Amino acid sequence: MQDFRHPTESAPVNMDTFLLGIWEENPVFVMLLGMCPVLAVTNSVLNAITMGLATTFVMLCSSALVSSLRHHIPKQVRIATYIVIIATFVTVVDYVIQAISLELYRSLGAFIQLIVVNCMILGRAESYASRHGVVSSMVNSLGVGVGFTIALLCLGSVRELLGNGSLLGFAIFGEGFQPWVIMILPPGGFFVLAGWLLLFSWMKQRDARRAQQEEVLHGA
Amino acid sequence: MEHESLSFIFLNALIINNFVFSLYLGICPFLGVSGKIDTAWHMGLATTFVMLVSSVCAFVINSLLVQFGIEYLRLICYIAVIASAVQLVEMTTKKFSPTLFRALGIFLPLITTNCAILGLALFQTFREYDFLQSLVYSIGAGLGFTVAILLMAGLRERLDLSSVPDVSQGAVLSLTLAGILSLAFMGFAGLGS
Repeated sequence: MQDFRHPTESAPVNMDTFLLGIWEENPVFVMLLGMCPVLAVTNSVLNAITMGLATTFVMLCSSALVSSLRHHIPKQVRIATYIVIIATFVTVVDYVIQAISLELYRSLGAFIQLIVVNCMILGRAESYASRHGVVSSMVNSLGVGVGFTIALLCLGSVRELLGNGSLLGFAIFGEGFQPWVIMILPPGGFFVLAGWLLLFSWMKQRDARRAQQEEVLHGA
Repeated sequence: MEHESLSFIFLNALIINNFVFSLYLGICPFLGVSGKIDTAWHMGLATTFVMLVSSVCAFVINSLLVQFGIEYLRLICYIAVIASAVQLVEMTTKKFSPTLFRALGIFLPLITTNCAILGLALFQTFREYDFLQSLVYSIGAGLGFTVAILLMAGLRERLDLSSVPDVSQGAVLSLTLAGILSLAFMGFAGLGS
């Protein structure tokens, strides 16, 4: 089924292809996809950025490959093929991060390898890259990746600020600050994400109410 | 790690380091299929079963990979093994127990992308568990997931009957609930030391 907002194969690549993933179809705040890494690695800003970039890279590369192979992959084994393609790029990322910073690698733990089962990436491959050209798929994945990174940053900054009193490792508050430790522990992740979703759903309701009032005014 | 006793591994996977509440694995099915106690129970059972099968497979595969010195293929092998294990489980239940197959139905294919399964396989490799330890670990983790999803389903069934503010309906409420449950599970942390 084609969504009317998704351009077909011949449609030109424009800014919307990119922006769709950041705002309207934000993987975390709107589609609620890829929740596990979102909650698990956002206890500091640095972890959040690394995870966001790693996921974006994997999504970009796998989209490009899936899209260029889309006429050759048999329909019956497509999911298995996508997963193998994704797993290959995740292995690459895994070794690269291990080579750059062992400390960072340890703090992210198994979650780098768990990018494989991030449903967001498989979702992109299945719903977009398998039906569109290489350029269009790459632009779209880049948008979704940036949207994902922004969402991780939103969570990571709040959690690090409240739970550790710092941002990117630099202390923000003075000496007397009592960190709200629960925020960097598991429950904090759930609460902060719930808080962001609450904010967005409140904004959406407010907009809907305003639109309704406008309609009533214009109707009268 | 030889010094970890089997009962400790089991308890550790079941409550102290519960896969959902303290490791954040398997959040998607945890939020997605925790609407009713009945379906949650089936999902939990199916997940436990696949965990058991894939844990055994992962153990065998890993010892093979180590033998040949090609550990960099671990991730690709694991995910392929899990996908085929799910397929196998689906075919076997369809053949031998059609009732169970109908009950599990749509959940089985979904389990492939449950990160708890791959997470389990990776953790048991990192911690260098032997065969029996991996087996106990996978059963503990599976039951832990079942406990988590059942608790959540029970709470959500009660919530359906109460009136909550419009803004906080859906995902917001589920996540807050999960946070409170996770807060409660933090109390078990002392058990490990």
